[in-house]
Amino acid sequence: MGLKNGVLKTADGVTLMWFIVCGTFLTSCKSINNNVETLPKNTISGYCDIVFATYSDANTLAMELQSATNLLVTEPSEANLEKAKTAWRSAREVYGKTEAFRFYDGPIDNGSTGVEGLLNAWPLDEIYVDYVVGNLNAGIINNTEEYPTINKELLKKMNENGGEENISAGFHAIEFLLWGQDLDSLGPGNRPFSDYLPETKNAERRKVYLSTAVELLIENLNYLKLEWEAGKADNYRATFINDNPNISLQKIITGIAVLSKVEMAGERMFTAYDNANQEDEQSCFSDNTKSDLIFNLGGIINIFYGTYVRSDKTTMEVTGIDEIIKSHNVKLYEETEVLIKKCMNHLQQIYYPFDRAIVLEDKRPQVMKAVLSMQELGEQFAKVATELGLTINVNVVD
Amino acid sequence: MIKILSKYKNSFIAVILIGVFILLFSFASYQKKDVLSASSIKTEKLLSGGETTVFDQSVNAFALPAPNLSSQDELLFFVGNSFFNQNWVQAPSSTTARDGLGPYFNAKSCSGCHFKDGRGQPPTIAGQLSQGFIVRLSIPGKGTHGEPLDDPNYGGQFQEHAIDGLKKEGNYVIIWEEKSGNFYDGNSYTLRNPKINFSDLNYGEMQHDIMYSARVAPQMIGLGLLEAISENTILSYADIDDKNRDGISGKPNYVWNSLEQKVQLGKFGWKANQPNILQQISGAFSGDMGISTQHFPEQNLTSSQKQYNEFANGGDPEIDSDDLKKMHLYSSTLAVPARRNVDDKQVLQGEKIFAEIGCNSCHIEKIQTGVHPDFPILSNQNIRPYTDLLLHDMGEGLADGRPDFEATGQEWRTPPLWGIGLFQTVNKHTYYLHDGRARNLTEAILWHGGEAEKSKNEFKQLPQKQRDQLIEFLESL
Repeated sequence: MGLKNGVLKTADGVTLMWFIVCGTFLTSCKSINNNVETLPKNTISGYCDIVFATYSDANTLAMELQSATNLLVTEPSEANLEKAKTAWRSAREVYGKTEAFRFYDGPIDNGSTGVEGLLNAWPLDEIYVDYVVGNLNAGIINNTEEYPTINKELLKKMNENGGEENISAGFHAIEFLLWGQDLDSLGPGNRPFSDYLPETKNAERRKVYLSTAVELLIENLNYLKLEWEAGKADNYRATFINDNPNISLQKIITGIAVLSKVEMAGERMFTAYDNANQEDEQSCFSDNTKSDLIFNLGGIINIFYGTYVRSDKTTMEVTGIDEIIKSHNVKLYEETEVLIKKCMNHLQQIYYPFDRAIVLEDKRPQVMKAVLSMQELGEQFAKVATELGLTINVNVVD
Repeated sequence: MIKILSKYKNSFIAVILIGVFILLFSFASYQKKDVLSASSIKTEKLLSGGETTVFDQSVNAFALPAPNLSSQDELLFFVGNSFFNQNWVQAPSSTTARDGLGPYFNAKSCSGCHFKDGRGQPPTIAGQLSQGFIVRLSIPGKGTHGEPLDDPNYGGQFQEHAIDGLKKEGNYVIIWEEKSGNFYDGNSYTLRNPKINFSDLNYGEMQHDIMYSARVAPQMIGLGLLEAISENTILSYADIDDKNRDGISGKPNYVWNSLEQKVQLGKFGWKANQPNILQQISGAFSGDMGISTQHFPEQNLTSSQKQYNEFANGGDPEIDSDDLKKMHLYSSTLAVPARRNVDDKQVLQGEKIFAEIGCNSCHIEKIQTGVHPDFPILSNQNIRPYTDLLLHDMGEGLADGRPDFEATGQEWRTPPLWGIGLFQTVNKHTYYLHDGRARNLTEAILWHGGEAEKSKNEFKQLPQKQRDQLIEFLESL
């Protein structure tokens, strides 16, 4: 509990600090020169730079996760399991920010080649992966007969089983292999490190599964990174930059609007709130959901202000959409900024862990406040789009 | 990349179209009365779903809430969406609200078949996993309420998946039988129809006289509007004995409302075998995913599968009644996308031909909805669904030989045509009809027989140019 709280606190602290910095300081002293003509173009290329940098960091942190899981599988111990969990949380933080780049058929969630399902499918079909209470021989890991070899091909194939995404790969599969089922109503899952000791049944296969899932994670994040890399002739970024600026701007705003309203307010918070079902949350094994939400908003803030604090703590500054809004309507910009602050406030105020916040009567109103403000923020981005002469649909359900 | 570009090209056109329309409209209001009425006819034609219409021609065209939903209901819509979209998982699981899949199933989520709330398709390669294609089964005879009788071993629907630890019911392959024909201008066409070959049956033989019929998942748009059409309105289109001698009968299906335990007019399903959306979705939960509901609380098991009753149960019922309610709201309030190109000359010509050859005898354009008991935003809407929701004899070619309540093996419900021009955009295919046999709209028309034989023949007599115009009109829906 202590470590977990510590991590979350640090995470919140960093976000909050960087949020204040973005909002009050950096934006006022940016050195980029923009005039009316170059503004859309610079906003779009700035966006691409942030997307690329964020996926690069996500990729780097996934590789750090790999070092940690390698250590865990070679030297299983309580300490090494904790290290792996910490590395998962760090990788998850950056990934959370990248979710602001979804919902417009880009490389992440394009209907035919998108890898979102392989990275972030939820809910996880635990029983297809490993043992659960009540079925100790469950899952690919324990089914040596049907799945003699565990490798990338198998996990990819299993992810398509049933005709849809899900079940065997991505952040939540790794989360499950590190934390195990969350059966504790007060804390996260509590998988013993002995699950990785050689004398434990199928430990070797569990190790292979974990390593393979992490490898796939890196591979897919790397794919996204390459799609957004500058200077390539045939990647997604090239199309994005060369497209009609209105279309690219429309995509940028659609991404943050839908994430705010449909995904965060609707899917991740209100659905959980309405259900009041304790584990109806994204990161249910690790109880990381609150942090996920905060970093989702972090991704939105980065795009808004055009600032991004990289995982090596250096700060990059590009033209954000804030400038384009200001150039049209200062009042609208100010309103949006106030609303973003309100959202961050309300997300911070949600009781930790999220799975308790949706169940405890006196904590539920905080969740609802965050729902309403994120819904409002999504609508606000729609207003921004209208102000810029664009039409976006903020109600896209995936 | 091309796909991405074209998607946004479409939305861009939509924006322009709306803009032009607003201009026209505001312009028209200063003009003489006849100009105004021409413009408002155009407006009406655009608004396929009345006030619930959305202007979106992107891949998300079927996936949007009715714009007149309150912001409170919008949140409930998102909850419904979550349960529609996310996979159900095998019990026991940490996400207890979402477990209970199977034991036998066709899909793990509603969206598995209704991808992007759109239309399913038959597997294109042998052994490929289904993307919204199921096979209904029954044996001769009728049940207590007139329903089809289940096969003793495989039930009313074949499930080609099972949860971990159980054997699936079996496999099947589709063999496409082809036949060709000619238009009157000499051009030829080929039609295909599916034969299903079952194999690897794990629960014994199927009954020797088994009847089967394949189905693709229909698009989800406007369902609540169809539900809101009053029984009287639908019956006013019926002409069972063809008293007006136009060759078109129009027969209501009367089916069993198992929620209210009474006989009622059927409105949904390819044979109009479901009386309302709630029962339709409860049936799909049970039949397609093996999820129990308050309405169908039993696990979907045949007598040869009963021993697995306690296998991995995800609660009682597996979907909470409150969540089912939101699924009901969701399934009822998915918006209908506006028509495109209503002013295009070819489209207008096609629209004329549509009426001239009598397509509109069954595909009724304009209907006013009645009062919706649960969702008032759907009440009294002027909609353009292009259906009469009645059964028609479609001839031997299209027959499945599998009766369903009062629908015979040759009868099918007129499917609504709204949205049919957007399948390519939303679902990347153009498969039509109940089992996806038609590979394009022309083939779909050519499959019409029985009461529609006359119209089909008139279509075959049209020169290519006019056939194209008719297709362009259909694509504008």
